[in-house]
Amino acid sequence: MKKKLGVFICWCGSNIASSVDVDKAVAEAEKLDGVVHAENYMYMCSDPGQQLVKDTIAEKGLEGVVVACCSPRMHENTFRKAAGSVGLNSYLLEIANIREQCSWVHQNNKPLATAKAVSIIEGTLDKVKENLPLETITIDITKRNCVVGGGIAGIMAALDLANAGYDVAIIEKEPAIGGHMSQIGQTFPYFHNVPELLQKKIDEVNAHPRIKVYLNSEVEVLDGYVGNFNVTIRTKPAFVDPDKCSACGKCLEVCPVSVADEFNRGLSQRGAIFRYNQTEGARIPVLEQRDCLHFVDVEEAEMDAGAGVRCRACVEACPENAIDLGAIRTLSEEFVGAIVMATGYDLYSPAKMPEYGAGKIPDVIDALAFERLLDPKGPTGGQVLRPSDGKVPKNVVFIQCVGSRDPERHKAYCSRACCMYTAKQARLYRQQVAEGTAYISYMDIRSDSRDFEEFVQAGMEEENLVYIRGRVAKVIQENGFLKVFTSDTLTSRQLEIEADLVVLAMAMEPKAGTRELAKKMNVTIDGDAFLSETHIKLYPVESSTKGVYLAGCGQSPKDITDTVSQALATAGKIQLMFSNETLIADPLIAEVKNDICSGCGICIDICPYGARLMNDFTRISDVNQAVCQGCGACIAACPNKACELINSTSRQFIRMIGDFAGKAEAV
Amino acid sequence: MGETFSYYPGCTSHSTAIEYIEASKAVIEALGIELKELPDWCCCGAASAHNLSSSLALGLSAFNVGEAHKEGKDLVIPCAGCYGNLAQADYVMRYDEAERQRLEKQMGFKFDTEVKMLSLVDLLAREELRPAIKNLVKKPLKGLKVVCYYGCAIVRPAAITGVDNSENPLRIDTMMADLGAEVIDWSCKVDCCGGDLGLTDAEKTTELVNKIVDYAVAAEADCLVTSCALCEANVDIRQQRLPILYFTELMAEAFQIGDRQRWWKKHFNDPSGLF
Repeated sequence: MKKKLGVFICWCGSNIASSVDVDKAVAEAEKLDGVVHAENYMYMCSDPGQQLVKDTIAEKGLEGVVVACCSPRMHENTFRKAAGSVGLNSYLLEIANIREQCSWVHQNNKPLATAKAVSIIEGTLDKVKENLPLETITIDITKRNCVVGGGIAGIMAALDLANAGYDVAIIEKEPAIGGHMSQIGQTFPYFHNVPELLQKKIDEVNAHPRIKVYLNSEVEVLDGYVGNFNVTIRTKPAFVDPDKCSACGKCLEVCPVSVADEFNRGLSQRGAIFRYNQTEGARIPVLEQRDCLHFVDVEEAEMDAGAGVRCRACVEACPENAIDLGAIRTLSEEFVGAIVMATGYDLYSPAKMPEYGAGKIPDVIDALAFERLLDPKGPTGGQVLRPSDGKVPKNVVFIQCVGSRDPERHKAYCSRACCMYTAKQARLYRQQVAEGTAYISYMDIRSDSRDFEEFVQAGMEEENLVYIRGRVAKVIQENGFLKVFTSDTLTSRQLEIEADLVVLAMAMEPKAGTRELAKKMNVTIDGDAFLSETHIKLYPVESSTKGVYLAGCGQSPKDITDTVSQALATAGKIQLMFSNETLIADPLIAEVKNDICSGCGICIDICPYGARLMNDFTRISDVNQAVCQGCGACIAACPNKACELINSTSRQFIRMIGDFAGKAEAV
Repeated sequence: MGETFSYYPGCTSHSTAIEYIEASKAVIEALGIELKELPDWCCCGAASAHNLSSSLALGLSAFNVGEAHKEGKDLVIPCAGCYGNLAQADYVMRYDEAERQRLEKQMGFKFDTEVKMLSLVDLLAREELRPAIKNLVKKPLKGLKVVCYYGCAIVRPAAITGVDNSENPLRIDTMMADLGAEVIDWSCKVDCCGGDLGLTDAEKTTELVNKIVDYAVAAEADCLVTSCALCEANVDIRQQRLPILYFTELMAEAFQIGDRQRWWKKHFNDPSGLF
């Protein structure tokens, strides 16, 4: 039986009507097979326009509709909703794009543009004739979360989600949560005490019944899809049993190993067994297998099996018998509906700046190392002392934009937080060393948030910070001093500054391993390996994979304020998703004709979303309806033509092509 | 080795840097590399052309690059200034389609992406030559303390020169170490020698040169090694504290080849006492 079809042609003001003769198009459309109604209107997407479509569907009992207007990306949803509201199945309405694909590109030839518009309408009508009425697909949601990264972004997102009533698993690579924020003493622009702020949040996390923290852990495998992820978590061997350990510290004293302490940025030494940092959460020592003499010369594979026979000093020293060098790594699983990627940043390696002597000259340090000098629990007890001889530095040169804004050799981007933390560090230094001078080498000062400009100004006026605009050429060591060669580009003078300490505000880059992790999570990254959001303006916390969200510096460099804002936005987005009982997905996806599929599996390899799976029982390739995005890759790849895209079948397309090609010939 | 390269002498090879060219040719010959001079090369534009007209500067260099493309072989350019200009033209034509087509038409050649511009350091510091160079050393430069001075044109801009590290280049250092010299790490590897200011602002140039020599002397160097004729001239003429040598002269000395006594006489600070 023939469907009763309707055609609605939009003028789009003059966008379409100036190059397509819309009256002629209506006259032509009326002649087409099955069409019982055709008309045009100035703005079909307006309320009266939509009403026109709705009324006509109801009056004439239309069974298929073509709206000839702009791209379906603009208003397909609008018109499908309108059709649905009067009882026509939404999937029986199609858009014929006669604006982007016709009127805009053929502005100087009205007869030809009109003929093309009619053939687009005709082809679309042929598609609608064979369209099936469809229902949306519903997907169950596991209302639990996994947060990858326990820095301030991960902590804040996890707390909001947990307080909203959803379980959260935090996966943290290091032995304690807190991230880089736990290395910092005070914040800008109000000199808040970070340990106090952060400890409160860490305590909340640890006490929260809905939050589980996996320390020393990383994501091993991610399976599943939005609403239904399965995260496999790998946890390093727990050599020290936290239930037995009394945190007496005897093991720390006997460990013969001495290596640079990463948390203190190399300003102090630690053993192979050590306290990760001075926070409450890190009282139980951890043992780093890489550094431990017990495991010397043991292959990684053997490490997993708990091999190794040598040094056992810590085991023998432990009065509680809490150390087990035979511990092995563990794997755990979490089933979650949403994932937050809060993977954070590393500072770009100062070793990449040989002209500044970093790595060679002990008194050239990076900004996080300077933060460690300011920390009362840090290696110098909060005194700014230079690493080489422990003296109070009288002249400190802070260099901004080191590795940032240098597209030729390093990173092209601005690392955003450095202007402000450098001002903060210089002010704190001046507050501590009254007779000292702080020089700041800068390119521009970017102080573009609440009270930021005032904070920098106060530094210049009250703490007499010496700002010098220019890029430092090099730093050398001479007679126990550092010599900083730079220029003041505001007065066009070359300067040589004698300094006791140089602090490099290194560029921020994505945490090491972000690239590999992003691959596991199927999340796209940019050229610098920062995690990409779907749309910088409208979808700023959504990753390219549905159900995986972004927060913090893994997405781009930012300060604590912005990181927390983004983390809370992410938590909000996930709560929005969890406010539904099920997820709704478009049914325009691939389907398999079971009697034709030979189970060759080509579609499984070709599917970019992992939506095709071999059914072990039937030996036929199934489509995971929740994951399939309807891209059509499997349809093109199937040698038997056993796959079809629902409502975009080969038959429909061949007909449409026939319509277009036929018209083209006539012209 | 049996390799053949095109060769662009530039004007200094016939004037202030004869010793550099003679030494370089002797070393290159000893390594079995053949250089074929471009039949119709012209001025690279030096430092003057780009001050007058950017299209003149690009045109002169592009003409010479075009001559090399006609020959189809990588072009060796000993003079750092010439190298900088030709490499710049090569870069423009490599990445700017419209400019390339315009210049190809104007100069009558077809740009071949395989043909590269090479400084003498690019040619001789190749990793695969290291065994051959070590083999040729007859008299290692034992005990000779050298500082290597790269100047500007063969290292910067890094996007054009493609060097290892434009702020801390190491290739001449590695070569000198292979000759047995004691290479001293120092602070002025890529500092400015004054360049053309040598002609217009003697005072400024002397100030810049003195700074470089101060640091070389403080590093206890016996001599300063360079690959640029203008650097050599500026630094050699304006001080009496330190001999300045081309890196290929030291290679020739280590290989014990060439008319070295004649070359030493071309320097203002006599280096003959070093050997």
